Amino acid sequence: MLETIAYSILNGVLYGTLLFMMSSGLTLIFGMMGVLNFAHASFYMLGAYFAYTLGQATGFWVALFIAPILVGSVGAIVERYGLRRVHQFGHVPELLFTFGLAYVIEELVALFWGTVPVPYKMPDALNFTAFNLFGLDYSMFKVFILLVAVAMFVGLWVLLKKTRAGLVIQGSLSRPDMVGALGHNVPRVFMLVFAFGCALAGLGGVVGGIQFVTDPGMAFMMGPIVFVVVVLGGLGSVPGALVASLIIGILQTFFLSVNFSLAETIGTLGIEDSGFFGVLWHMEATRIAPVLPFLLLVLTLIFRPRGLFGKREA
Amino acid sequence: MTRKNKTGVFTGTMIGLTMAISSVTYADNHPIRISYIEPLSGPFANVGDAGLKHFRFTAEQINKEGGILGRNVEIVAMDNKQSPSESVQLIQRSVDQGINFVTQGNGSNVAGAMVEAVDRNNRRNADNKVLYLNYAAVDPALTNERCSFYHFRFDANSAIKLEALANYMKDQEEINKLFLINQDYSHGQFISNHMKTLIDEKDMDVEVVGDVLHPIAQVRDFAPYVARIQQSGADTVVTGNWGNDLSLLVRAIDSAGLDVDIYTYYGGGLGTPAAIGARGEDKVYQVTEWHADVNVDEGLEEYEQWFVDFKERYPEIDWYYHRVYNQMYMLKDAIEQVGNAEDVDAIAYALEGMQFESPTGTVTMRAKDHQALQPLYISVMDADAKYDADNSGVGFRTVANIPVEQATDETSCNMKRP
Repeated sequence: MLETIAYSILNGVLYGTLLFMMSSGLTLIFGMMGVLNFAHASFYMLGAYFAYTLGQATGFWVALFIAPILVGSVGAIVERYGLRRVHQFGHVPELLFTFGLAYVIEELVALFWGTVPVPYKMPDALNFTAFNLFGLDYSMFKVFILLVAVAMFVGLWVLLKKTRAGLVIQGSLSRPDMVGALGHNVPRVFMLVFAFGCALAGLGGVVGGIQFVTDPGMAFMMGPIVFVVVVLGGLGSVPGALVASLIIGILQTFFLSVNFSLAETIGTLGIEDSGFFGVLWHMEATRIAPVLPFLLLVLTLIFRPRGLFGKREA
Repeated sequence: MTRKNKTGVFTGTMIGLTMAISSVTYADNHPIRISYIEPLSGPFANVGDAGLKHFRFTAEQINKEGGILGRNVEIVAMDNKQSPSESVQLIQRSVDQGINFVTQGNGSNVAGAMVEAVDRNNRRNADNKVLYLNYAAVDPALTNERCSFYHFRFDANSAIKLEALANYMKDQEEINKLFLINQDYSHGQFISNHMKTLIDEKDMDVEVVGDVLHPIAQVRDFAPYVARIQQSGADTVVTGNWGNDLSLLVRAIDSAGLDVDIYTYYGGGLGTPAAIGARGEDKVYQVTEWHADVNVDEGLEEYEQWFVDFKERYPEIDWYYHRVYNQMYMLKDAIEQVGNAEDVDAIAYALEGMQFESPTGTVTMRAKDHQALQPLYISVMDADAKYDADNSGVGFRTVANIPVEQATDETSCNMKRP
């Protein structure tokens, strides 16, 4: 049991940090601009593909920095020439715009890189065992992901709370007219925030593409879970995204790791494995695990619509 | 090519005769069309697209050799979006266009719906029947309780693949503790149940120490499952997973440094070798009817040329579905025996029981249930293989030839013939 708990917490934290890397950008964009970006996971995918292609020429470490910048530039262009025009028509056209964009990006990626997964591999410098827990190896790359995520969180927090730029960004959201009157270029602030959020997703992709599979389906595989994190943590809250990522990561891994069903724990009590209640009674924890995040999403929206740390209703 | 039919001489004479006659009587030479009903958009588009390339390539080869009865073969691509109901509509569309042959393979749920639709059409629409050629859907039910006279399966079904695997495993002394991990739908559930049955039946000296079903295409992080495999003390993993579910599982096992062998159905499948790469070496096994290095091992030069030509035509993928070759040439033989491509009943009777000399050995279309019986290969990933799969740097090396007698199963099919 001790082993199971240790594994769950460790695996959960590792998975959770990766979720955080993807969702922080999304929650930032929503928090600052009020734009629910359906194409966010597509920028995550672009990060992986850019890093893969760049990495062949420059190596992983250069790609780690340049790929997110490229993704950010794509984000800036999307905001400047797409989203900004749509913005004036309200939130629904914005939603539809990002929704369509997700499909466009997926098709473009398939056109350029093909539909088969690309062999995007971890750098040799990180390809060794960092430590061993109860007989299972944990690679240095997983530790590296953890470190990148921590650096990301600290950096974001300092940027938003401690710098002048962060102050202007926060001001632009609640009082755009006032900030504009003070001489700041509000549309430009929005563009930069959007680009920055996309770059964060891109950075998530650079490491996530190695950890998982880099193929055109990766955006749609990650898309839904990222929204769960953002809603649970509270739309716009970066600390909320971190906590929510960890909760989902640990909870899900724990359910996957244990051999548990109500029937095995309490006893069958003569309940047959059929009918609605019977199936539920005999359901193994591993089969419930994938539903958990979405169950949390629904429950959060019913009982605490603003999420754990959010300041406004979803 | 070593392909030669028992009735080759007769067929040859017949072709000659038919061609002589047809050149006089039939002025128009319209192609023999086959509907290819597979996902050509959405998440499985890459699989559907690769299959289409296999069929197009084979059709081109047949046409180059003079076609079937002097007529060209044409593959008509239809996108079913991996949906059973779309597929049923596409069968209707094929019938409307006067197409007599449909082929499909991805998803036994789709295949099940198609068998029913084909049967229904052939019952009601006797003048315009269709024949369903299944090249990949492996649910055993399709040749057992749900078997149909108009359905022919050219891939080994799931029960046969497991049978071959079990026959190999029972002689391996280092295999003692099995862990079954499968996708939570009919395909994975079948493997989970049937593997245990086989262990009992064959009295194998093997213990199942774990049996897990996980949701299909949902799991991103297999680390928790790997922890369970490790805790169970298993030395061997058996999985029917395909696509990303297989790639991610192998990656997670490799990155955790867990020393287990992984026996798969689709380890060499489209996209998987590229995603796994060298970490699958000497670890990932597959059971298939053929793999690229079989050509090298057995000196099949003509078939090796076929493989190379395919690569030249489509550099991004490899020739993978050997059964597409079998299927197309068996259909060709059947049509040539009958002498026309319109009498579906007669063509089905010609296919029934047909023995076909494939490069890998004799393929028999069992008359009782329309299941192809063929020799199978168990192979393991190897970076030294002559041909790598999907440009991944790793190919496969044969570890065991499973003769056709050990790659067969009982059938409960009670075929209704017209």
